[in-house]
Amino acid sequence: MNAKLQQLLGWIDDRFPLTATWKQHLSEYYAPKNFNFWYFFGSLALLVLVLQIATGVFLTMHYKPDASLNAAGVSVAFTSVEYIMRDVEWGWLIRYLHSTGASMFFVVVYLHMYRGLIYGSYRKPRELIWIFGCFIYVALMAEAFMGYLLPWGQMSFWGAQVIINLFDAIPIIGPEVAIWIRGDFVISDATLNRFFAFHVIAVPLVLLGLVVMHLVALHEVGSNNPDGIEIKKHKDPATGIPLDGIPFHPYYTVKDILGVCVFLIVFAVILFFTPEMGGYFLEANNFVPADPFKTPEHIAPLWYFTAFYSILRAVPPMFGSQFPGVVAMGLAIVVMFLLPWLDRSPVKSLRYRGAIYKWALALFVIAFLVLSWLGTQSVSPLKTLLAQIFSVIYFAFFILMPWYTRIDKTKPEPERVTA
Amino acid sequence: MKKIILAALLCAPLMAQGSTAVKLDTVQINVEDMLSLQRGARTFVNYCVGCHSAGYMRYSRLEDLGLTEKQIVENLMVTGEKPVETMTAALRRNDAKEWFGVAPPDLTVIARSRGADWLYTYMRSFYRDPSRPTGWNNTTFPSVAMPHALWDLQGEQVLKEDPSKKGHDGHAEKHLALDKPGKLSPKEYDAAVRDLVNYMVYMGEPAQTKRKITGIFVLFFLFGLTILAYFLKKEFWKDIH
Repeated sequence: MNAKLQQLLGWIDDRFPLTATWKQHLSEYYAPKNFNFWYFFGSLALLVLVLQIATGVFLTMHYKPDASLNAAGVSVAFTSVEYIMRDVEWGWLIRYLHSTGASMFFVVVYLHMYRGLIYGSYRKPRELIWIFGCFIYVALMAEAFMGYLLPWGQMSFWGAQVIINLFDAIPIIGPEVAIWIRGDFVISDATLNRFFAFHVIAVPLVLLGLVVMHLVALHEVGSNNPDGIEIKKHKDPATGIPLDGIPFHPYYTVKDILGVCVFLIVFAVILFFTPEMGGYFLEANNFVPADPFKTPEHIAPLWYFTAFYSILRAVPPMFGSQFPGVVAMGLAIVVMFLLPWLDRSPVKSLRYRGAIYKWALALFVIAFLVLSWLGTQSVSPLKTLLAQIFSVIYFAFFILMPWYTRIDKTKPEPERVTA
Repeated sequence: MKKIILAALLCAPLMAQGSTAVKLDTVQINVEDMLSLQRGARTFVNYCVGCHSAGYMRYSRLEDLGLTEKQIVENLMVTGEKPVETMTAALRRNDAKEWFGVAPPDLTVIARSRGADWLYTYMRSFYRDPSRPTGWNNTTFPSVAMPHALWDLQGEQVLKEDPSKKGHDGHAEKHLALDKPGKLSPKEYDAAVRDLVNYMVYMGEPAQTKRKITGIFVLFFLFGLTILAYFLKKEFWKDIH
């Protein structure tokens, strides 16, 4: 039996690098042995990606991207979501897996990005991993935004209205661009259909490609670790294996299985007992069918966009145009790409950085959380002022980074990884 | 840093509650109380589906409430549909638009957008207002196009000014008072509305009871799996230090 299997494997290996790939990426990919809690979120993001694709395929079988009204005066799209919730066997489970998965995707991705931030995972030689990651984040935002239109509820419609109107604010070409995006003068069936196409095929393809590039780049240079030092500096002279490295499989596969179990418990608690998550994962107003003639009193994007929405609203209109706010919001994302070149510290990890960086990071995290919260609220003069202050802190973290990371008093890095 | 993130995640559900101008009465409902759901369903088909549809709710689904198809057909179906059909309104949409200015909204998922407390308060805050075309107004939803559908049960309320109490805007505080009693006492009426709201919450997501039960099984499974995964990890990592 075993000999037969070996023979089959040999037959495949002569034609396709199966064993070589397995070794390169799993059984002989040496990861630092000191990964901690923060290192679970990369594999979890991959898990949620697979979950979203699997549930998405089944949703696509029953969902209808059709904004026309049925006999009861409700759009076919909205109705088809309710049919999934009621008449499709386990449809409610598939739909809640997808809606909870969307928010949990951002939870794990934000924690994954924060990990990169605290341990300097974006520093040389991992700049491209970071940049691919930033592109993944942008693609994910596009994916989430377009997916949110599909249930065709009030928040789907008016949320999309707000975002597409941002393009309208671009000088000269703006109105044409907005029409081009919508495929119509207003958000309509044409918009719904193209967003559906982007959501189920175009953006997922881009995402998958980027994830592959992210991983290939990672496995080329090797993983960073909580000490922010290179394990490849100390290799066993006989085998050439990093002394502080352990094979990803089986060590990190079994560890990640444990992480997956704990994550799934959190996921299941939300999905089965509070799928709306208090209005954060599914907004109450989105159970009202889209009505182009009835603007909701309060339009807020879902929680994962609210920090950027706050920055947008914090910038006052100039020359009667919202464009500066749109630029600020765009820059808030663009500036992330530059991180590898903004950081001039001699050390990578938070463990060996000085007090200045620690304060800067704490302020940045607070700014991001406060901006996220403000984005869920309706505007008031005080809240706008707060949004302005914290937007400045957000940008200052990046813009002043070359300066404060250079003058910061760092501690010496160890030669080998610490426990 | 971990603590800040944790705190933010834990506080998130609290912050989501939007503020409404009207103070809502809270209602205790239980979607597993079959008798309450049955009473609520009866009120719903007798008083609501005349004008409102529940376009995603099939009559046959009412078997969830412990009823047989025969019982559903005989007691809860008044408009001559088949049991597999959804609850359509007797009132035609175009007529409704002409008569009330708006077509009554579909009620299938109304409890998910409005919430139980809002529905409970709304159905109890209609009052006589001769200035309105229907003769009715509502303190929870001022100038609502809908007349009081349950008036024969509740009776007629009026809005009374209370000169002894001043509200924060300087005007006398107003409160609702029963002017002409209906078939039910105020206590019985509140209970009937509670049953109705209970039914509407159920109807908003008929799978919710199954969802919670499934969740318990899933969590038991995941806890077991987590324990196994923990020992598996421990076993593999024995030699790493």
